[in-house]
Amino acid sequence: MIDLLLDIGTWILLIAGSILLLITGLGLLRLPDLYTRIHAGGMADTLATFLIFVGLSLQSGFSLVTVKLLLVIVFVFFTSPVSSYALAQGSFVAGLKPKLDGFSEEEEE
Amino acid sequence: MTIYAITAIAILISIAMALGRAILGPTSYDRILSANAIGTKTVLLIGVMGFLAGRPDFLDLALVYSLVNFIGTLAVLKYFKFGTLRGTLSKPADNP
Amino acid sequence: MAYTNNDHQTCQIRTAETKVAVGADDGDTQDLLRTISLFLVLMAVWLLLSGHYTPLITGFGIVSCLLSALIAYRMDVIDRESHPIHLGPRIIFYWGWLMAEIYKANLDVAKCILFPKKHLRPSMFTEKVTQKSDLGKVIYANSITLTPGTVTVDLDGDIVMVHALTKASADGVKSGDMDRRVTAVMEEA
Repeated sequence: MIDLLLDIGTWILLIAGSILLLITGLGLLRLPDLYTRIHAGGMADTLATFLIFVGLSLQSGFSLVTVKLLLVIVFVFFTSPVSSYALAQGSFVAGLKPKLDGFSEEEEE
Repeated sequence: MTIYAITAIAILISIAMALGRAILGPTSYDRILSANAIGTKTVLLIGVMGFLAGRPDFLDLALVYSLVNFIGTLAVLKYFKFGTLRGTLSKPADNP
Repeated sequence: MAYTNNDHQTCQIRTAETKVAVGADDGDTQDLLRTISLFLVLMAVWLLLSGHYTPLITGFGIVSCLLSALIAYRMDVIDRESHPIHLGPRIIFYWGWLMAEIYKANLDVAKCILFPKKHLRPSMFTEKVTQKSDLGKVIYANSITLTPGTVTVDLDGDIVMVHALTKASADGVKSGDMDRRVTAVMEEA
């Protein structure tokens, strides 16, 4: 009974993660400029990783493997914003202008 | 078992899309972004493949790969910004 | 080039020495606590990754972790920034809240990717940061980046430059909710 519930949970989480990953890939392809693509990349780093690894940890039971899966999630969550920030800042310093769609830019600043 | 295969295929398709961006990408920063994205997805793929093959020891590799991916991205970005890997990550004005 | 590098290094060493002289009387027990906590973290990671629990191997683990913690204590590299145990349980609650935000923001970005015509409104704006310490600023900027839909492009002084994907995510940063929460976590009014 518990096994069945865990299996269903894994199915739901992994399918959701897969769909998110596919949307991420689509976003990398179709979004207009670099800065918007960074958002798509960040999506794969956060929720998709979380969903897939939590889904896997439901299957491994209470063991060392579960803790390792959680450790991978923690590592990814700590490192991914730093590399995103470095990428955005590097390209901004290099003079790459973001495509802005209408509003803002005139307020603030 | 089936679910692992489905997830692995979805990850592979997603990697292919990121690879497409790496080929198309007008600037080199796009290519770094897609390299980083491919690295993250490889971490996921290693985890799922470990479960698919019934050998969850692969997770150690996933752990190390996530760290290598991070360091690699930062190193390439630093090289792009300063043209060298020497010195600290401070502004160029500080160490002429 | 080599000369300036050397000069820079001696300068750094000198500032480190003055820091020790100043910090010796105000945080000795805190330093010890941080060292013990570092040792526990190292030990946990060792036990997690080794997988062999014979007395010999575990003994090696204990000795090497102890040695690392001692060397780190001697080098005076475990300060409030690198090992912030003073944040305590508040940061755990903050992570819980951040997870919920990440979930919502992911759905937002997914909608934006699937229907870019309707939702895609990229914008770039600057915002003031209210945290005083560097650690607080870093936590805030990283939280902004970790939430999909907003990316920190630049952090200079107390001005943060943010690129937002949709109008909703831009308003989320402008409302300053996350800023207030990080300030509360850091206990800096």
